[in-house]
Order: sequence, then structure tokens, then C-alpha cells
Amino acid sequence: QAEVEETLRRIQGHRGVIGTIVINAEGIPIRTTFDNSTAVQYAGLLHELTMKARSAVRALDPENDLTFLRIRSKKHEIMVAAGNISIKITIELYVL
Amino acid sequence: IGHPEIFPLVFTTKTQEIFKCRVDEDVTEENCFKLIKKEDIIQDLKTRAAISDFHPVKNVVLEYPGEELLVVFDAKFQYGQNFYLVSSEKAKEDLLKIPETAEEKEEENREGTLEVHPYKPPVHKPWVSLGSEKEVEEAAVKDTVAKIKYMISRVRRKFGAPITFTDKNASHVKDSYVECTSYQDKNFSIKMLEKDVGVQMVPKLREASTQTKWTYPKNTATQYFPRLLSNEEKEESLSSEKLKDFLTSVRLRMEMALQQNEIMDAFFDDWKALAEDESSSGGKPDVYLQAYQSFTDLHYLKDRTISCVCWHPTIYGIIAVSARKRLSYEEQVNFSDKSLLQQSVILFWSFLDPIHPQLNLECPEDIYCFQFSPSDPNIIAGGCINGQVVLWDISQHEEKLQNAEPVADGIKMTAVNMVNASVLNILQYNYISGMKTSKQSSTEPPLVRYCAVSSIQNSHKKPVTDIHWLPDYFEDNRMGATSENRAEICAQLVTCSPDCSVLFWDIPATKLPEPPSSEKVEEEEIFDMPRDVPDTFKHLDVCWKPLIKINLCESDTNTEYGPVRIILRELHYHYKTSEKVRSLNTLEVLAKASPHTEMSTPSSKNLKVLENISTDFFVGTEDGEIVYSDWKMEIDSGSAKPHTQKYTIHTETINTLQRSPFFKDIILSVGGRNFAIWKEGVRNGPILQSSCSAGRNTVGRWSLTRPGVFFIGRDDGNIDIWDLLKKSHEPSHFQNISKSTITFISPWTASSKQHFLAISDDLGVLHVLEICQTLSHPLRNEHANVLDYFEREVKYLKYCEQEFQEYQQFQ
Repeated sequence: QAEVEETLRRIQGHRGVIGTIVINAEGIPIRTTFDNSTAVQYAGLLHELTMKARSAVRALDPENDLTFLRIRSKKHEIMVAAGNISIKITIELYVL
Repeated sequence: IGHPEIFPLVFTTKTQEIFKCRVDEDVTEENCFKLIKKEDIIQDLKTRAAISDFHPVKNVVLEYPGEELLVVFDAKFQYGQNFYLVSSEKAKEDLLKIPETAEEKEEENREGTLEVHPYKPPVHKPWVSLGSEKEVEEAAVKDTVAKIKYMISRVRRKFGAPITFTDKNASHVKDSYVECTSYQDKNFSIKMLEKDVGVQMVPKLREASTQTKWTYPKNTATQYFPRLLSNEEKEESLSSEKLKDFLTSVRLRMEMALQQNEIMDAFFDDWKALAEDESSSGGKPDVYLQAYQSFTDLHYLKDRTISCVCWHPTIYGIIAVSARKRLSYEEQVNFSDKSLLQQSVILFWSFLDPIHPQLNLECPEDIYCFQFSPSDPNIIAGGCINGQVVLWDISQHEEKLQNAEPVADGIKMTAVNMVNASVLNILQYNYISGMKTSKQSSTEPPLVRYCAVSSIQNSHKKPVTDIHWLPDYFEDNRMGATSENRAEICAQLVTCSPDCSVLFWDIPATKLPEPPSSEKVEEEEIFDMPRDVPDTFKHLDVCWKPLIKINLCESDTNTEYGPVRIILRELHYHYKTSEKVRSLNTLEVLAKASPHTEMSTPSSKNLKVLENISTDFFVGTEDGEIVYSDWKMEIDSGSAKPHTQKYTIHTETINTLQRSPFFKDIILSVGGRNFAIWKEGVRNGPILQSSCSAGRNTVGRWSLTRPGVFFIGRDDGNIDIWDLLKKSHEPSHFQNISKSTITFISPWTASSKQHFLAISDDLGVLHVLEICQTLSHPLRNEHANVLDYFEREVKYLKYCEQEFQEYQQFQ
């Protein structure tokens, strides 16, 4: 468990990272640095998007699988690392 | 009843015993027939006569042909009695036969009453006509018309005779075609005279359809709460092995992504950057400076030239113009101050009204230059042609300026009388004009008298050629030390004049103490101010003295410099919008104490002395020299000026000395036939010097928005637009504005889309032009590029210097 903590802390400690969320396979946030409502909102939206993206990748090539998803917007960048059982989301902010 | 042969009888028990047809013993329901001899009945009749049961049927019995009579036990009282007598042989036999046959049959048919009607074959009846013959007759088909018989005969020998054909030439016939066309023979057409048509009434059939809106249930709102894991579940899943593996596998990817973002700017929009490059290279506009408006006034500006142009710092579209008498070159050089017959004014123009000036500021003499105060745009300071400094306060008219509306044409401006500039007349005139202003119609521009003018003895001896407000964060005191200005009001001016002096003026709030006696006499001559003039600077009027006076003369060679233009180091203003609310009427404005009067003289002890304000300044002289010096040092050490630098690049009077709005140490100087760009600190010479041009350059200005662009005005009415990044040896564009000499250029940024350039010429016309997008919009990295360019030039200069020195060493 300590390793888990340590990994998450390392990611969080990167420059520009606002927060991280770890989501289980059903889309329920397990571990988050945000407050609950924000985490739930992110989890709900991004879980579906990840599922969609994954199904798209696999539909194109069944042997392929989704590894990483980056959503860049005007203000932030959301990085989603997709796994089999859980998803990790990192949200970064860049000051232009 | 019913059958005529059946006679119902009642048999008493005695009769039954006699004839042996006792009920239920001899005769039963099944066995209901009893044959009784006729003789026995007759005997019974005789013996018992009236009481015999056969009495009613006595006749029948007597007439009975046969031997035996049939008596039937009627168990069901069909005929009314329990026995009945059958009176005919035939019927008797029939009855007897039927039960026999019935007995032979199976008993299933025995149910209920056994109604046996004797069969009677149908008997012919006579025909009764009910009228159907007529219908039959009508329906029968008959010939209405007698049939016609035709007999056709032909001679026998013609049957089967051989056929003879004849030939005909086809060309003789039209179209080589013979035919026997069919035609309608009227003989054989039957005209229908009567028609039998059946009509049936049918309801009208119409199809119609509708579509109904199918309202299907749709969720309007859903209330839900998200699934959350409890803490224990979270803990449990956190500590699971799978999660650990997942995180370790994912961590690397995540960190790579984060690092990528750190290295490269993730939000750099390549598409937009591409567009910017495109726009700079392609599409040159036809006209760089588009004429927006031009202003001239026939009345005030007759025979006058515009000496200075200033934009109102806060109000959009207001530009002020100062005019002075147009003098020929020789007269200009001599700077003879004549008594002017014409009232000199500063005119305020507004974009909305190109014909009538909005405001006129009255000047004692011709104004050579003027400036709006940065902290309060209602205070204007101007330098006169006789060396005095004048102050105006236009706070009363600020509202009018802000609400300047376009005035309809056709309203004439009544001429205001110009009077001689003697003191008495001035007062009278002012009084009259003061009276007039109160009755003035809204079409005439109000004439604002100046509030204060400096004392003549203490002003310059020659025309004030340059005037600047000092920035509001420091002020000088009498000792020359700069100190902090807490009031944040621009309260100090610097002026220079070709009489070799630079004067610093202070606008103190309170009255000066104890004016010297010589001036007291003058004071008595001062009349009361006309009513309309605000008394902001009343205490300064006429007795205003400069704070510091600097004589620019070189001690060694005893030459004096006649500064024409001066720039100080820290001359960056930020214009503050006026705090006065629009809704105040003029009376209130007068009554309200202006910030100047409220400000008490700061005691110099409490204020912090600012050490790091640079006190260097550049001065352009009338001989074409540029002097770089430090005023602080001059006060202290008297005449020793070790740091003064003098440059003689220009051959004629310097007419422009301006710092670049982007770089604090780059200065543009324009004079005579060439111009130069200097960098403060580089003492070898200018970093850029133009070649001698054909005509004289009369004025130059940096562009306010693009670091590498500046405008040079010429004496043939052309404007040269120089873009240092495009070409540095010749102007990138030039445009003709007017026929006469350009006297002043003033750029202004009204909004991000509108950039104006106000150009005044010798004829008294003010042209306002709009700068096109390419000239006003800075390119990407232009600032850095121009800075690079300047640094390169500096290096080149150093290199040249070195080369020169080496060359000299060789000599």
C-alpha cells in the first residue's frame, strides 16, 4: 500500500498537476485528491469516454488496446491512463 | 274435437268390469286397445239404457258397420276422457295397425305424445290469381319490332369464278400508295335514343387521415446520487495487488506524458501561428494611411500654421491644435515677437464635428507648444512665443467635450471681435466675452481664458519651444533633489527655450508667500478674473516663477546651447481619467476645491529622497547639436560638467527629440536633412543615421504600437514611414498628405482597431488619418526583433570604433 501511495504522490508532485483520481472498473473513484463531487463528476464523464475510446481502438484492430488518452483543452490537459481494472486520471493546468 | 271419428267416453268401473277393460288390469297404457263386439254394446245399451256409458254414442254404435268396435284407453286424456271410441272401420284398422307397427319398432321413439295424423295427399285446388301474371308478362322478352328478313342472292356462275387482276402504274398515283381507307358509314350507326341506366344511391366515400402526436415518455429530470464506495471498500481495493500492478505499469506512461508537457508548450496553437506569418507577408494595403478626417477653421486659422497637436488623453476623438502666425524662415530664425493683431487660440476639434471647433482656449500670445497634464486632462500647460508659460483649466467644459455631438450644418458662427492686446482692452474683451459666454448659444465654441500665466521677468526670453509635464511619482524641490510625490498629481513642468535655459516649474497649491515688492505693483494692476474662469491657479497668475533654472553653457568654450527640444529620462505617463463625475454642473465645479488647491505644500523633510531616479536628459539645440547631460550634477558642482556629451549630426535645428515608447533608451532625433537614432549609454554616436535626404525633415514620431516603425514629416508635405525591420536605408513607404510643410505629427491609439495619426501642416489644416492594420498591428516577436536590431547596430558601432582606433594607432 505504501508503494501505491508513493506512486500517487510522485505523480501529484509533478509541476503543473492539479490532481489525480484513481477509478475502479465501474467508474467509482477510489482515490482522489479532489473533493468528492468533483471527483465523481470527472469519474462519470471520463469513464464513459475511456470506454468509448477503448471500444473504438479495439473495433479497428481487435488485438490492439487503449493505453493512454490525452484531452487537451484551452485551459487544462487531462491525461487518462487506461488499465483493465482501473483508470487513473491526471489533470494538469498550464498558464499561458 | 279434432277427429270426427273419435268419441271420448267415460267408462265407469262397472262398465269396465262388464266389458273387461278395467284400467290397469285389462287395459294398460301400452295395451290400450280393446275390441268390443257390437252386440255386446247393444245389449248393454238395452239393459242399462240411460246409465250405460255408451249412451251418448248410441247412434254411432248402431250405425257402425263392422262387428267389433275399437275402444282405446286414453291414459292421457287426449280427447278429454279416459276412453274413446273409434267409429269407423278404417280408422280402427289404422289405429290398430299403428300400434302394431309401433310395437315392432324400438321403444326409443316413444316419447311424449304420439301424434299420428293420417296422411292426406294434396288435393288439387283451383288456381287463384294474385296478379303475378302481369309481372311475368312484363319480364318476358318479346320482339318489339318485327324482324326484317333479307334475302341475298347471286348468280350461281359467279361463285368460284376466276379472278381477273389489272395493273396500274404506281407513279401515276399520288404518293405511290393506294389504299382503301375505312370510313364511318352513317347508315350503320345506330343512334341511341333511349338508355336504361341504373342509379344507385351510394354514400360519398372520402378518405381522410390524421397523425397524432405521439407523446412518448421522456425524462425531464433525474435525481440521483452517485455510487460511492465506503471507506473500507476503498481501503480494500487500494491494497489489492491488482491495483499495485496497474499503477506500476501506468506510472511510466504518465510520467512520460507529463515530461513531454513540460518540455514543449502543450498549448501552442500551430494553426494560429501559421496565420500570422501569412498575414505579414501577403496582401499589402494600397494606402497605408487612410484619410479619416481633416479639420480646418477659416476664421481662427487664417494665415496661421499649426505649431503643436495634442490628443486629449481620455476623451475619444478630441484633438487640440495650437496655431501661431506663419512666419517665413528668416522671421522664424530671428524669433521676433510681434504684437499680434489676431487673437491666438488653441482649438479643440472633435471627430463628430469637422467644421466647428468644440472649444477655444485663449492664449496671451502664440503658443509654440502645449501639453495636457497626465494626471488631470483638464489642465493644459502651454509655452508662448514670448517665453511665458500658460495654464488652462477646462474642467467646466469637460462635460461638453465628452458629450460632443455632431452639429448640423448651416449654423454660422458669429465672429468674435478681435481686439488689441493691451491690458485694458484684454479685460474689456474678456469681460465682454465673459458676458457673451453666458448668453452664448450652444453652437459657438466657448472661449476659455487661461488661468495662469507666468511672470514675464522670470520666464524665458525667447519662445518656449518645448514643454513637458514631469511624471507624477517624483518632484523636485528647490535644492534640486528629487523626492517622492505623494499626491500623485503631475505638478511640475519643464520647459526649454533657445535662450539657453531649462526651467522647472512647480505648481504649488497654496499661495506663494510674500511676493516681492516689484511684483506687488503688478498685482494691483491685476483685475478680477472674469467670472467664467476657474480660479484654480489664481495664486499663480502672473507671479508664477520657475522652481529651478538651468543654464546650459559650456564652461570651457563658453558656448551656450540654445535648447529647442528636451527629453528627460523618466517621461512615462499614465493618464488618469478625471474623477469628476459628469453630473456635476458648472457651478458646483467652481465651488469644489480642485485637488491643486487642496494639496498642501509638502514639507521636504518627510518625503523620501529618491536616489535612483535618473536625472539625465537630452537636449536638442537650435544649432543642430544634441547634448546629453545631467541636471543634478549641474546644481551641485556649478559649472563642471564631466558627463556632458555633445553630438553634432544634424546641420539644422533639431525639431524632434523623442524617446521610443517601447525602449526606454532609444531616442529618435530629427533635424534638418537627416535623422538619427540614439541609444542612451552609447556615447560614440548614433546607432542609426539616415542619409541626407532631398527635402528637409520637419518632424518625426515613433509609432505607438509597433516598435520598429516611425514617421517622418517632410517639408514637401510627404510622410515617410520607416520600418526598421523591412528596410533601414530608406523609408518603406511614403505618402503625400498635403501641399505644404508638415509641421507636427501625433499618433494616437483610440482603440485596438483604430489607430490615428494626426498630421498638421503649414496651411493650418489638421489631417487625421487612420493607420492601416499592417502598420499598427505589431508582428509576432517584433519587439524582440527590433531589440536585436538595435543591439546589432550597437555592436557594429563598437566594432567601427575599434577599427578606427586601430587605424589611428597605425598612423
